[in-house]
Amino acid sequence: MNEPKVDRRKFLALAGVASLGVGTASLFAGRAMSTTTVRPNDVGVIQTALSLEHEGIAAYRIAGKSGLLSPGTLKLAVVFMGHHQAHRDSLAKLVATAGGKPVEPKTDAQYIAELKLGALKSEADVVALATMLERGAASAYIGQITALKDPKLAKLFASISADEAIHWTTLNNAAGTPIPAAAYVFG
Amino acid sequence: MRSSLSCASIRWGGLLFASLLAVAARAGTVPDDAAAGQTLYLNTCGGCHSVDTDRIGPRHRNVVGRAVASIPGYDYSPALKMLGGIWTPARLDQWLSGTQKMAPGSKMYLELDDPAVRRSIIIYLQSVSQPAAPEDSRAASRSEH
Repeated sequence: MNEPKVDRRKFLALAGVASLGVGTASLFAGRAMSTTTVRPNDVGVIQTALSLEHEGIAAYRIAGKSGLLSPGTLKLAVVFMGHHQAHRDSLAKLVATAGGKPVEPKTDAQYIAELKLGALKSEADVVALATMLERGAASAYIGQITALKDPKLAKLFASISADEAIHWTTLNNAAGTPIPAAAYVFG
Repeated sequence: MRSSLSCASIRWGGLLFASLLAVAARAGTVPDDAAAGQTLYLNTCGGCHSVDTDRIGPRHRNVVGRAVASIPGYDYSPALKMLGGIWTPARLDQWLSGTQKMAPGSKMYLELDDPAVRRSIIIYLQSVSQPAAPEDSRAASRSEH
């Protein structure tokens, strides 16, 4: 039972290095989009996406402070949280540019209750929850693309979805779950 | 060693099942069972919804047969509050086909084009709800067409 744990730590450490580059690319995508005008119809879609990012940030932040994560996994959680913060900043800026008020995060107590974070007892529990959230997030962004009126915004959503897919893939592999053989994993 | 092999077999068995499910979903022939629906539910709805807690969207326990916009404390959009009525399988099918078509201005943005995928998700939602009335069940059967 110890062997997969060692492999997972090594894998997570390596994956953490690889993920840093992707986060930078994501940040640039957000910056490029922030200069365009947001159509009123798209603001609601962005707000829903922003809620997703708030939840992801809270999950990683609270789990990171739980003491359940090994150093390698914690390092990766911080990287992933950084991606979500970059997504949040891009999306919030777009809402503000459109004259809207970006949706605020909930309280930690709410996130703990809603995600049942108090029930997490091990690193494997944290990884399983994060895997589920990242898969849902990757799919949610794809699902929302057809609702967007602005192709540039659709491109941003696709870029964010790809980031979430990287998170899912990393976590899924760390848990030792095979990648699905069939195409169209998300959406 | 035997344990490792068993784990590997279970994992590959799971992979095979997931692959078959994904292929079936794309071909419009999703199995009509709650387990298949749960997989699709987690992938399609799990970003915002959970069965037992309100998150970005409201909880789904007992959604079939529940009045629209009726979870106490959840911040529904005015559009959904105005929709009214009960969530039947047929109405859920309409909702999942295009949330903004059914309730423009609601907070959910989703269009599931594949009726087999919608049907499978609704079967799962029925499985986490109180037993539906016979009329609702017939509506579910019709909704795949």
